[in-house]
Amino acid sequence: MPDLSGLRFAETHEWVAKDGETATVGITEYAQSQLGDVIYLELPTVGQQLEAGARLGVIESVKAASDLYSPVGGEVSEVNQDLKDHPEYVNQDPYGKGWVIKLRAVKDNPKLLDQKGYDEFVQGQSHS
Amino acid sequence: MVVTAERTPLYDEHIRLGAQMTNFGGWVMPLQYSSIREEHRAVREAVGLFDLSHMGELRVKDEGLAQQVVTRDLAQLRPGRVQYALLCNEQGGIIDDVLVYAVADGGYLLVVNAGNQDGDFDWIQAHAPSPSGGGQISEPRYGKASVSGGGSVLNVGREWALIGVQGPRAAGLVQRLTTSELGGVKYYAFIEGSVAGVTCVISRTGYTGEDGFELFCANADAAKLWRTLLEEGRSDSIRPAGLGARDTLRLEAGMRLYGNDMDSTTNPFEAGLDWTLSLDKDFIGRDAVLRARERGLERRLVGLKMLDRSIPRHGYPVLHDGRRVGAVTSGNVSFTLGHNIAMAYVPPQLAAPGTPLGVEVRGTAAPAEVVPMPFYKRPHPK
Repeated sequence: MPDLSGLRFAETHEWVAKDGETATVGITEYAQSQLGDVIYLELPTVGQQLEAGARLGVIESVKAASDLYSPVGGEVSEVNQDLKDHPEYVNQDPYGKGWVIKLRAVKDNPKLLDQKGYDEFVQGQSHS
Repeated sequence: MVVTAERTPLYDEHIRLGAQMTNFGGWVMPLQYSSIREEHRAVREAVGLFDLSHMGELRVKDEGLAQQVVTRDLAQLRPGRVQYALLCNEQGGIIDDVLVYAVADGGYLLVVNAGNQDGDFDWIQAHAPSPSGGGQISEPRYGKASVSGGGSVLNVGREWALIGVQGPRAAGLVQRLTTSELGGVKYYAFIEGSVAGVTCVISRTGYTGEDGFELFCANADAAKLWRTLLEEGRSDSIRPAGLGARDTLRLEAGMRLYGNDMDSTTNPFEAGLDWTLSLDKDFIGRDAVLRARERGLERRLVGLKMLDRSIPRHGYPVLHDGRRVGAVTSGNVSFTLGHNIAMAYVPPQLAAPGTPLGVEVRGTAAPAEVVPMPFYKRPHPK
């Protein structure tokens, strides 16, 4: 299990790793396990401005299509091109090579959860 | 209202194997164990194991009744043989698609869709000739006796487990566990025998497009049979496979899913299943089906190949020249072919292979082309 202590999490099951003004965004282990085999991602273009909580794209698994939301605001600086041919990276390594987009000029979102808060949130969801 | 989904006798096995469970047709079933992609591949390249115990089984002893409710002429069906057929209503709509087994001691066994088993039973029983003399006692369907009917049709689905063993290594695996000679059991034939010491009906049928068997046994024996197949199949790289893989496999094989690709408002011509109609015999819905053919069809089920990476799904509009002309009924990635595929209803004049169409995916017309079904055919056995 990778070290997730530096990450922040949204209740829509995305994670964000901030590094100064830039950030990397992906989906959580819990999200990938619920989605199952990812087969396609529809992602934004570089330069697009995203608000915190805005739809950033769509992730399709064998089971269903689901929306992805940006946990923080910022400008898209990079999308993970490897996912075009290897969407399964999201399943295999959601916190590593399965990252989804990078942002710059990142604005903070105080509503995000830390790892412990997110784990508790997921626990609560799976028992509801 | 809380509706309790039914459990198959293999429920504990699925939980032990860590399956993700889902509700399907009123039953709690495994959706996937590890990965739909890996389970799909196991069936195409090695062997997969399926719990199909949710399927219904109806024993129709009265041959005349069976002929009346099934679209296909069963007089040609010899004992030990299986046929795919339909049940149609008076309006010619499809009530269910079924496998008909001609049983050696007379009559037929109908294997029906899980969610339809009680409806099919009631419908067939309603068409049964009223019992002459003495009166029949109808047992409660959900009481202690799960076998109901007692007359010309019995609902035995809850007494029987059904295990699918599917894939190029399925026949070798089952053969190692039985003394019956399976080489003589051709596609759509069955025998009674014993597998792993369990009394079974061994049926060379399936819903995956691969060779394989479906094994019917008593509920009490199901776990033993399941575990032995998994254990003995290790050398064949066997994987338990859930409903997710079952759906992507049957879609590639061009097999319709009742409730998705057809329902009681669809007639057999529209669904491309008119080859299951024996129009020279009498059956319920025959006249309506003939009238529908004379009127001309308004839609036909076709195969679509997606020309980009978009994934078509049930209910998505099908477009032609920017106009909505139909809808997708099933769609997904084809793991075997490497592109995305769908079944859809379109007007007959747009049903020819090669016709360019679009599928509306999130407001955008994704390019597609009509292709013949099945999308996938297994390589011919050597």
